[in-house]
Amino acid sequence: MEQTPNAPVDESALNAAFEAKIAAGDSIEPKDWMPERYRKQLTRMMSQHAHSEIVGMLPEGNWITRAPSLRRKMSLIAKVQDEAGHGLYIYCGTETLGVDRYDLFNQLLDGTAKYSSIFNYPTLSWADMGVIGWLVDGAAIVNQTVLAKTSYGPYARAMVRICKEENFHKRQGYEICATLANGTPAQREMLQDAVNRFWWPSLMMFGPSDKDSPNSAELLRWRVKRKTNDELRQRFVNLTVPQAQAIGLTLPDPDLTFNTATKNWDFGEIDWAEFFEVIKGNGPCNKERLAARNKAHDDGRWVRDAATAYAEKQKARAKTEAA
Amino acid sequence: MAATTGTNGSTGDSHWPLWEVFTQGAQGQPFEHAGSVHATDAEHAMQNARDVYARRGEAVNLWVVPSSAITASAPSDAGPFFDPGNDKAYRHPQFYKVPRGVKVF
Repeated sequence: MEQTPNAPVDESALNAAFEAKIAAGDSIEPKDWMPERYRKQLTRMMSQHAHSEIVGMLPEGNWITRAPSLRRKMSLIAKVQDEAGHGLYIYCGTETLGVDRYDLFNQLLDGTAKYSSIFNYPTLSWADMGVIGWLVDGAAIVNQTVLAKTSYGPYARAMVRICKEENFHKRQGYEICATLANGTPAQREMLQDAVNRFWWPSLMMFGPSDKDSPNSAELLRWRVKRKTNDELRQRFVNLTVPQAQAIGLTLPDPDLTFNTATKNWDFGEIDWAEFFEVIKGNGPCNKERLAARNKAHDDGRWVRDAATAYAEKQKARAKTEAA
Repeated sequence: MAATTGTNGSTGDSHWPLWEVFTQGAQGQPFEHAGSVHATDAEHAMQNARDVYARRGEAVNLWVVPSSAITASAPSDAGPFFDPGNDKAYRHPQFYKVPRGVKVF
């Protein structure tokens, strides 16, 4: 067949090759042909994930100045810095799909992008730092361990890097919880209160129930997702209940019972109305988080401008010296 | 919202050039691709690469390379392109027979 500039590309053959790769468990790399829909779904998932890392810095950044000891403060600063790094790993991965981080940033700043609903809850006490590390990072690890085997190579590699670092996050969180659990009655009460507030939002982090998750089937078929939302949620509950029991905490769910037949911890119904409200932008801190992110971005502008100006000056100087 | 257009018309950091980052995990090991950073120049890219990809001693050396300077093979041509290396069994030691019981190496 004669090739003309407008000749239609034979997508069915390309698609067959793509599907065969997926079926064989091979990873898809940036320069490989991929269906537009695969590219779109990954861009959506990865950019939301990157945004979540960035917004996730805010609830914890809120407590850096009030950490109870230098040791806790150093850990918290390192953790928040890691979250920035994680955001950058994933933005870098997303850019391999042909989008510009600049556009993704702007979608976050103008409120059109989504990020994890958990970060729209306030951090009211120091115990929240422990509970976020333990539950929120714990849930993220369950999710990301599976994503480390996702079919898109750059995403999988970013996840491997992130998973290694998240383990420190979870352990530092659990250490805070265990310390408070061994503390005064007031400290124990503060910890239990934090668990009561963060338990259900943590379960919501895995996304809507499988029956209400319109994208899941396709993402599973493409091996972008390797486990369903409900499977991951169950795994998190099974892992977390013994950790709560070990330090004498009560998880705020009267329906939580061990099912001897399935070997799972059965849990009560999640308040999905709340979940969808927070996703829509009506959570307790949605506006505050966006305002804080915009302020940080605006306040940092002079640094970006200075870096650009410095590079231009260096370039000009190099040119003069060469002449 | 005009998020990152500066007062003097400069644009936001994402329009800084993209650099690919390679890390060497330990002396004597090969450099491996770690990811990318945006930066104004090589020195800036080096600092960003250190902060993003070497917070825990993951690297003893770094390379930063302008992404635009990299030429990559095309997956669609991978078959014919790599073919010359695939059909030459005689380039592998297994191709050669040695008398039974003799240890060659």
